[in-house]
Amino acid sequence: MADPMRVRAAESGGIVDVKILMKHDMESGQRKDAAGKTIPAWFISTINVKANGKDVLNGQFGPAVSKDPFLNFKYKGAKGDKIVVSWVDSKGDKRTDEATAS
Amino acid sequence: MNQQRRSLLKYSAIFGLMASAGLISVAQAQEWNKAAFEGKSLDDVFKILGASSPDKSSAVTLNAPDIAENGAVVPVGIVTTLKADQMAILVEKNPSSLAAQFFIPAGTEPFVTTRIKMGQTSNVYALVKADGKWSMAVKEVKVTLGGCGG
Repeated sequence: MADPMRVRAAESGGIVDVKILMKHDMESGQRKDAAGKTIPAWFISTINVKANGKDVLNGQFGPAVSKDPFLNFKYKGAKGDKIVVSWVDSKGDKRTDEATAS
Repeated sequence: MNQQRRSLLKYSAIFGLMASAGLISVAQAQEWNKAAFEGKSLDDVFKILGASSPDKSSAVTLNAPDIAENGAVVPVGIVTTLKADQMAILVEKNPSSLAAQFFIPAGTEPFVTTRIKMGQTSNVYALVKADGKWSMAVKEVKVTLGGCGG
Protein backbone atom coordinates (compact mmCIF):
# COMPACT_ATOMS: atom_id res chain seq x y z
CA MET A 1 0.00 0.00 0.00
CA ALA A 2 1.27 3.39 -0.93
CA ASP A 3 2.07 6.08 1.60
CA PRO A 4 -0.67 8.54 2.54
CA MET A 5 -1.13 11.83 0.72
CA ARG A 6 -1.19 15.19 2.35
CA VAL A 7 -4.33 17.08 1.48
CA ARG A 8 -5.04 20.66 2.58
CA ALA A 9 -8.16 22.60 1.72
CA ALA A 10 -8.80 26.15 2.82
CA GLU A 11 -11.96 28.11 2.04
CA SER A 12 -11.87 31.85 1.44
CA GLY A 13 -14.61 33.93 -0.15
CA GLY A 14 -16.54 30.93 -1.50
CA ILE A 15 -13.48 29.44 -3.17
CA VAL A 16 -11.79 26.38 -1.74
CA ASP A 17 -8.05 26.19 -2.40
CA VAL A 18 -6.93 22.56 -2.46
CA LYS A 19 -3.30 21.50 -2.18
CA ILE A 20 -2.36 17.86 -2.57
CA LEU A 21 0.99 16.23 -2.08
CA MET A 22 1.06 12.62 -3.24
CA LYS A 23 3.78 10.23 -2.21
CA HIS A 24 5.01 8.38 -5.28
CA ASP A 25 8.36 7.70 -6.95
CA MET A 26 7.05 8.58 -10.44
CA GLU A 27 9.70 6.48 -12.17
CA SER A 28 10.02 7.92 -15.67
CA GLY A 29 11.16 4.83 -17.55
CA GLN A 30 14.16 6.84 -18.78
CA ARG A 31 16.53 6.18 -15.88
CA LYS A 32 19.02 3.35 -15.76
CA ASP A 33 20.13 1.40 -12.71
CA ALA A 34 23.73 0.66 -11.70
CA ALA A 35 23.85 -2.31 -14.09
CA GLY A 36 22.78 -0.15 -17.03
CA LYS A 37 19.32 -1.65 -17.26
CA THR A 38 16.40 0.70 -17.79
CA ILE A 39 14.21 1.04 -14.73
CA PRO A 40 10.64 0.49 -15.96
CA ALA A 41 8.22 3.39 -15.77
CA TRP A 42 5.94 3.47 -12.74
CA PHE A 43 3.85 6.55 -12.14
CA ILE A 44 0.48 7.84 -11.02
CA SER A 45 -1.66 7.86 -14.15
CA THR A 46 -5.05 9.14 -13.06
CA ILE A 47 -6.22 11.25 -10.19
CA ASN A 48 -9.73 12.16 -9.14
CA VAL A 49 -10.82 14.73 -6.58
CA LYS A 50 -14.36 14.85 -5.25
CA ALA A 51 -15.97 17.37 -2.93
CA ASN A 52 -19.10 16.10 -1.18
CA GLY A 53 -19.27 13.26 -3.69
CA LYS A 54 -19.10 15.50 -6.78
CA ASP A 55 -16.11 15.59 -9.15
CA VAL A 56 -14.12 18.81 -8.82
CA LEU A 57 -11.03 17.74 -10.74
CA ASN A 58 -9.89 14.86 -12.90
CA GLY A 59 -6.30 14.63 -13.95
CA GLN A 60 -4.10 12.36 -16.00
CA PHE A 61 -0.38 12.27 -15.40
CA GLY A 62 2.43 11.05 -17.59
CA PRO A 63 5.82 9.98 -16.24
CA ALA A 64 7.02 13.58 -16.69
CA VAL A 65 5.28 14.71 -13.52
CA SER A 66 7.79 15.13 -10.69
CA LYS A 67 8.44 12.63 -7.94
CA ASP A 68 5.95 13.08 -5.09
CA PRO A 69 3.49 14.99 -7.28
CA PHE A 70 2.09 18.26 -6.06
CA LEU A 71 -1.24 19.63 -7.21
CA ASN A 72 -2.97 22.88 -6.42
CA PHE A 73 -6.39 23.94 -7.72
CA LYS A 74 -9.47 25.89 -6.66
CA TYR A 75 -13.19 25.25 -6.80
CA LYS A 76 -16.36 26.97 -5.66
CA GLY A 77 -17.23 25.45 -2.31
CA ALA A 78 -17.74 25.98 1.38
CA LYS A 79 -16.15 25.26 4.73
CA GLY A 80 -16.75 21.69 5.85
CA ASP A 81 -16.76 20.23 2.33
CA LYS A 82 -15.57 16.65 2.44
CA ILE A 83 -12.76 16.27 -0.07
CA VAL A 84 -11.78 12.82 -1.29
CA VAL A 85 -8.64 12.40 -3.39
CA SER A 86 -7.89 9.12 -5.15
CA TRP A 87 -5.18 8.10 -7.54
CA VAL A 88 -4.36 5.01 -9.57
CA ASP A 89 -0.86 4.30 -10.81
CA SER A 90 0.42 2.49 -13.87
CA LYS A 91 0.72 -0.78 -11.94
CA GLY A 92 -2.87 -0.52 -10.73
CA ASP A 93 -2.00 0.51 -7.17
CA LYS A 94 -4.52 2.84 -5.58
CA ARG A 95 -4.66 5.28 -2.75
CA THR A 96 -7.51 7.38 -1.38
CA ASP A 97 -7.29 10.06 1.27
CA GLU A 98 -9.75 12.53 2.69
CA ALA A 99 -9.70 16.04 4.07
CA THR A 100 -12.23 18.61 5.21
CA ALA A 101 -12.23 22.16 3.88
CA SER A 102 -11.43 24.66 6.62
CA MET B 1 -31.09 -25.67 5.72
CA ASN B 2 -30.25 -26.38 2.15
CA GLN B 3 -32.52 -23.60 0.99
CA GLN B 4 -30.74 -21.11 3.24
CA ARG B 5 -27.34 -22.13 2.00
CA ARG B 6 -28.47 -21.72 -1.55
CA SER B 7 -29.76 -18.18 -1.07
CA LEU B 8 -26.58 -17.25 0.80
CA LEU B 9 -24.54 -18.42 -2.16
CA LYS B 10 -26.71 -16.46 -4.50
CA TYR B 11 -26.31 -13.26 -2.47
CA SER B 12 -22.59 -13.53 -2.13
CA ALA B 13 -22.34 -13.98 -5.89
CA ILE B 14 -24.39 -10.84 -6.44
CA PHE B 15 -22.33 -8.83 -3.97
CA GLY B 16 -19.16 -10.01 -5.61
CA LEU B 17 -20.41 -8.80 -8.96
CA MET B 18 -21.43 -5.46 -7.50
CA ALA B 19 -18.03 -4.97 -5.90
CA SER B 20 -16.17 -5.71 -9.09
CA ALA B 21 -18.49 -3.46 -11.07
CA GLY B 22 -17.86 -0.70 -8.54
CA LEU B 23 -14.13 -1.14 -8.78
CA ILE B 24 -14.19 -0.96 -12.54
CA SER B 25 -16.12 2.30 -12.56
CA VAL B 26 -13.67 3.89 -10.11
CA ALA B 27 -10.57 2.80 -11.98
CA GLN B 28 -11.87 3.58 -15.44
CA ALA B 29 -13.96 6.67 -14.86
CA GLN B 30 -11.23 8.52 -16.66
CA GLU B 31 -9.44 6.12 -18.93
CA TRP B 32 -5.76 7.03 -19.12
CA ASN B 33 -5.11 8.48 -22.55
CA LYS B 34 -2.21 6.18 -23.45
CA ALA B 35 -1.85 7.41 -27.03
CA ALA B 36 -1.60 11.04 -25.97
CA PHE B 37 0.99 10.35 -23.28
CA GLU B 38 3.08 8.29 -25.67
CA GLY B 39 3.03 10.97 -28.36
CA LYS B 40 6.67 11.81 -29.06
CA SER B 41 6.27 15.25 -30.55
CA LEU B 42 4.06 18.26 -29.97
CA ASP B 43 2.24 17.64 -33.24
CA ASP B 44 1.47 14.04 -32.26
CA VAL B 45 -0.10 15.16 -29.00
CA PHE B 46 -1.98 18.05 -30.59
CA LYS B 47 -3.46 15.63 -33.10
CA ILE B 48 -4.52 13.10 -30.46
CA LEU B 49 -6.08 15.78 -28.28
CA GLY B 50 -7.92 17.13 -31.30
CA ALA B 51 -6.06 20.44 -31.21
CA SER B 52 -4.52 20.53 -34.67
CA SER B 53 -3.16 24.07 -34.39
CA PRO B 54 -4.01 25.83 -31.14
CA ASP B 55 -3.92 29.63 -31.27
CA LYS B 56 -1.69 31.56 -28.93
CA SER B 57 -3.94 33.48 -26.60
CA SER B 58 -3.27 36.18 -24.05
CA ALA B 59 -6.19 34.76 -22.04
CA VAL B 60 -4.00 31.79 -21.13
CA THR B 61 -1.22 32.36 -18.62
CA LEU B 62 1.57 29.88 -18.05
CA ASN B 63 3.40 30.33 -14.77
CA ALA B 64 6.83 28.74 -14.98
CA PRO B 65 10.32 29.87 -13.96
CA ASP B 66 12.70 31.40 -16.54
CA ILE B 67 15.47 29.18 -15.27
CA ALA B 68 14.97 25.88 -13.49
CA GLU B 69 18.05 24.85 -11.58
CA ASN B 70 16.74 21.34 -11.11
CA GLY B 71 14.91 19.83 -14.07
CA ALA B 72 13.44 17.13 -11.84
CA VAL B 73 11.15 19.63 -10.13
CA VAL B 74 9.85 22.49 -12.27
CA PRO B 75 6.76 24.25 -10.89
CA VAL B 76 4.25 24.91 -13.66
CA GLY B 77 0.87 26.56 -13.38
CA ILE B 78 -1.90 27.36 -15.84
CA VAL B 79 -4.46 30.10 -15.29
CA THR B 80 -6.98 31.31 -17.82
CA THR B 81 -9.86 33.73 -18.04
CA LEU B 82 -11.55 31.39 -20.56
CA LYS B 83 -14.22 28.93 -19.47
CA ALA B 84 -11.84 26.00 -19.63
CA ASP B 85 -12.96 22.41 -19.40
CA GLN B 86 -9.59 20.85 -20.22
CA MET B 87 -6.01 21.86 -19.63
CA ALA B 88 -2.74 20.21 -20.61
CA ILE B 89 0.94 20.79 -19.94
CA LEU B 90 3.38 19.86 -22.70
CA VAL B 91 7.17 19.96 -22.81
CA GLU B 92 8.52 20.13 -26.34
CA LYS B 93 11.85 18.37 -25.83
CA ASN B 94 10.85 15.70 -23.32
CA PRO B 95 10.87 12.07 -24.55
CA SER B 96 7.07 12.22 -24.43
CA SER B 97 5.66 15.70 -24.81
CA LEU B 98 2.52 15.48 -22.70
CA ALA B 99 3.23 15.84 -18.98
CA ALA B 100 -0.25 16.14 -17.52
CA GLN B 101 -3.82 16.71 -18.56
CA PHE B 102 -6.65 18.02 -16.41
CA PHE B 103 -10.42 17.88 -16.77
CA ILE B 104 -12.16 20.80 -15.13
CA PRO B 105 -15.83 20.31 -14.26
CA ALA B 106 -18.16 23.31 -13.91
CA GLY B 107 -17.65 25.01 -10.55
CA THR B 108 -13.91 24.46 -10.55
CA GLU B 109 -11.68 27.45 -11.26
CA PRO B 110 -9.54 27.27 -14.44
CA PHE B 111 -6.40 27.22 -12.32
CA VAL B 112 -3.99 24.31 -11.85
CA THR B 113 -0.47 24.17 -10.50
CA THR B 114 1.78 21.13 -10.41
CA ARG B 115 5.43 20.18 -10.75
CA ILE B 116 6.99 18.47 -13.74
CA LYS B 117 10.29 16.99 -14.90
CA MET B 118 12.24 18.44 -17.81
CA GLY B 119 15.12 16.66 -19.52
CA GLN B 120 16.64 19.84 -20.98
CA THR B 121 15.95 23.46 -21.80
CA SER B 122 12.73 23.52 -23.77
CA ASN B 123 9.55 25.37 -24.58
CA VAL B 124 6.72 24.53 -22.21
CA TYR B 125 3.19 24.72 -23.60
CA ALA B 126 0.03 25.37 -21.64
CA LEU B 127 -3.03 24.21 -23.57
CA VAL B 128 -6.55 25.18 -22.62
CA LYS B 129 -9.75 23.90 -24.19
CA ALA B 130 -12.72 26.23 -23.85
CA ASP B 131 -15.94 26.11 -25.87
CA GLY B 132 -14.50 23.27 -27.96
CA LYS B 133 -11.50 25.32 -29.05
CA TRP B 134 -7.88 24.97 -27.93
CA SER B 135 -5.76 27.97 -26.99
CA MET B 136 -2.25 28.01 -25.66
CA ALA B 137 0.60 29.90 -24.05
CA VAL B 138 4.27 29.10 -24.52
CA LYS B 139 7.29 29.82 -22.39
CA GLU B 140 10.89 28.73 -22.62
CA VAL B 141 12.31 27.28 -19.43
CA LYS B 142 16.08 26.95 -19.18
CA VAL B 143 17.21 23.85 -17.34
CA THR B 144 20.66 23.72 -15.83
CA LEU B 145 20.39 20.15 -14.51
CA GLY B 146 18.25 17.62 -16.43
CA GLY B 147 15.58 15.64 -14.64
CA CYS B 148 14.93 12.75 -17.00
CA GLY B 149 18.22 10.90 -17.40
CA GLY B 150 20.18 9.06 -14.73
